[in-house]
Amino acid sequence: MILLGWTAAKVAGALGFGLGLAGFLGWVERKQSAVLQDRIGANRADIFGWRILGLFHPVADGIKLMTKEDFIPRGVLRPFHDLAPALSLGCCMVCLAALPFGGEFEAFGGSWSLQPLPSPVGLVYVLALLGLGVHGVVMAGYASRSNYGLLGGLRGAAQMIATEVCMAAILAGPVFLYGTLDLQEAVRWQGRLLGGWLPAWGVFTQPLAFLLFLVAGTAASKRTPFDLPEGESEIVGYHVEYSGMKFGMFMMSDFIENIVVCGLGAALFLGGWQVPFAHLGGPLGGAVMLVSFGAKTCALIFLLMQVRWTLPRLRFDQLLDLGWKWLLPLALANFLATVWAVWWLGRHACL
Amino acid sequence: MTHKKSYFLNMGPAHPAMHGVIRLVLELDGERILNTEVEIGYLHRAFEKHTETETWSNAVPYTDRLNYVSPLINNSAFCCAVETVAGVSIPERVRYLRVIASEISRVADHLTCVGASAMELGAFTVFLYLMEGREYLYQLIDCLCGARVTTDYARLGGVKGDLPEGFAERFRAVAPKIRKVVADSEALLNRNRIFLDRVEGVGVISQADALAYGITGPFLRSTGVAYDVRRAHPYLVYDRLDFEVPVGTRGDNLDRYLVRLAEIEQSLRIVEQCFAQMPEGPVALSPWEMKDAFTFEDMGKAGSTALLPRCLAKTCRTLDGSGRDKAAGVRADEPALVLPSKEEVYGSIEGLMNQFEAVMWSWGMRVPAGEAYHAVEGGNGELGFHVVSDGSDRAYRVRCRPPCLFIMAALPQMLNGGYVADVVATFGSVNMIAGELDR
Repeated sequence: MILLGWTAAKVAGALGFGLGLAGFLGWVERKQSAVLQDRIGANRADIFGWRILGLFHPVADGIKLMTKEDFIPRGVLRPFHDLAPALSLGCCMVCLAALPFGGEFEAFGGSWSLQPLPSPVGLVYVLALLGLGVHGVVMAGYASRSNYGLLGGLRGAAQMIATEVCMAAILAGPVFLYGTLDLQEAVRWQGRLLGGWLPAWGVFTQPLAFLLFLVAGTAASKRTPFDLPEGESEIVGYHVEYSGMKFGMFMMSDFIENIVVCGLGAALFLGGWQVPFAHLGGPLGGAVMLVSFGAKTCALIFLLMQVRWTLPRLRFDQLLDLGWKWLLPLALANFLATVWAVWWLGRHACL
Repeated sequence: MTHKKSYFLNMGPAHPAMHGVIRLVLELDGERILNTEVEIGYLHRAFEKHTETETWSNAVPYTDRLNYVSPLINNSAFCCAVETVAGVSIPERVRYLRVIASEISRVADHLTCVGASAMELGAFTVFLYLMEGREYLYQLIDCLCGARVTTDYARLGGVKGDLPEGFAERFRAVAPKIRKVVADSEALLNRNRIFLDRVEGVGVISQADALAYGITGPFLRSTGVAYDVRRAHPYLVYDRLDFEVPVGTRGDNLDRYLVRLAEIEQSLRIVEQCFAQMPEGPVALSPWEMKDAFTFEDMGKAGSTALLPRCLAKTCRTLDGSGRDKAAGVRADEPALVLPSKEEVYGSIEGLMNQFEAVMWSWGMRVPAGEAYHAVEGGNGELGFHVVSDGSDRAYRVRCRPPCLFIMAALPQMLNGGYVADVVATFGSVNMIAGELDR
């Protein structure tokens, strides 16, 4: 019973983290781009005269989207048109459950894991559901009965195939090194120190994979320079025929995908909840784990946002070229190098 | 053998990149464009017909609305054309003032074009940097003529008013800021692999085709033809100014981007030279001889004119037009064509009558019968006005040669065979301004 309650609390926490951060990211995105572009940014929404740098804007946006007319054009394929945003958002929200928000800590005479869904195949689960999310995009484009939507959906499908294959190939390197598909185990593996001073984070042991992951991860979460399915100045996007909260759900799923990808990056390359040179235990240690993981995730998100506001958008064929001709071969080379290195080091008993 | 079917994509007029004023019907095979049909005319306002129904001087404000990104160039072009028909020679200082205004406008035009086409490729930051630069220029234009977009600065036979106090200093403060935003944008784009991949070799037009289509301006220069109206057929004082005509080699979107950025620098140089070469206007009067214009107005209403012979009115030179002291410097001495200065209007019965005659229907200023074509280098290319007068107080016929019409004619050729994503990039580099395209 207690265990059930604890799991429910963890799931609720993970969802709250995802949804809350998604709303907050809307604000960060606006403010960060404003700072970057010499603007002030959104600062008008207020509650009783309190503005707090425009922090209430996500709330105002939410209210606006909820109360807006849900306009459905005549001739759309009705059940699929409604299902698409739910599928898109649902797929990336369940990914959150598998992220290792923290390890285990001892309290109240028991051991408590901070991961909502401990699974020996956590990584596969996340990648599979991230890939599944594109069905929402394709469905939205197809069901809209609009050529713009259709173009967006098709771009989404081709982009997903190109990047998810690369993503799997890229992550094969670290997975082989850590020897596990369990995200929690992967984080634990990174807790050791190399040469007694360097934390064995993926970013140090697998630098190439980390860079490739950033590229493929940005593409997987459909953000500039890879926001082709949306491409707002070109084809307006797969969600062109959506309004109100259904449109909001697509926006939110983009943000949550971003959080999931950055969470995955933090877990596999930045040591997850680990804090270098510190042994974390007890309830306080648990809290530190949560903060550490959250901070690393946010740092990656921030980096990707910075990229978003700096670079223009790729073209469709260039994206496919990048995926198949550059990312995939490099990822496979990295994997082979990792295999060889692990074998060589294992033979010489260094690792 | 599979059966392949193409489909149509109706781009615009409700499309973020089409400005709401143009429609492209694309025939697509997947993402590849098979055929393009350009439909223009959404912003047709009958400009040419309008000029036939308004007096000569009342037609000038309509030219603001042609290329609304660089209205000052249109103002001077139209006035130059009418002056050519009328055979009026304008004062030296006016020539320089028009060049200064035109070049400031040209910089604003190029900044807008480069910024907008970068934004359409997803580089939103570059767009905002360049808009910041344009904002400084709009402030300059604002203090020159009291408006940011609907400038109406040039008058037949002159300009509205002299430069305001400290204009040159203001410009010298703004020029480094413009250079900075251009340098920032170049740093973000010029060596950016993604940007180069998106613009290099895209939207190519050959030199022969560009000439055949009658394309001019940065678009033609990007193909390697160094044709610039300012150099080929100098007007105003361009023959006395030192500037380069940047040219490209490939005629693609990248070259057009580079040519425009290079022209910004040349335009800034031209303005600097104008400040140095410009003849001084009439010297300012001592303050006790100056009275506020509204004082004159009030005294005139009260019937007291004793003040008038002894003093001159102090008017805001930008908002009310030139004072009498300056009017001689910025207006041609042609009472039949040129509006009197404001305090002559406010302060003397002759001036008032003169003003009424000039603007009154069927009385106004008359241009002798004749016709002329006068072209200037607009933001997009050769902007020409062919003006025909039958000797009445309004134009018999005015024909405007809008530079981007000819580029739009060549657009399908540049788009066909490319990708949907390149439509916005190429279209952005055309710098289509519907105001002048549809007139």
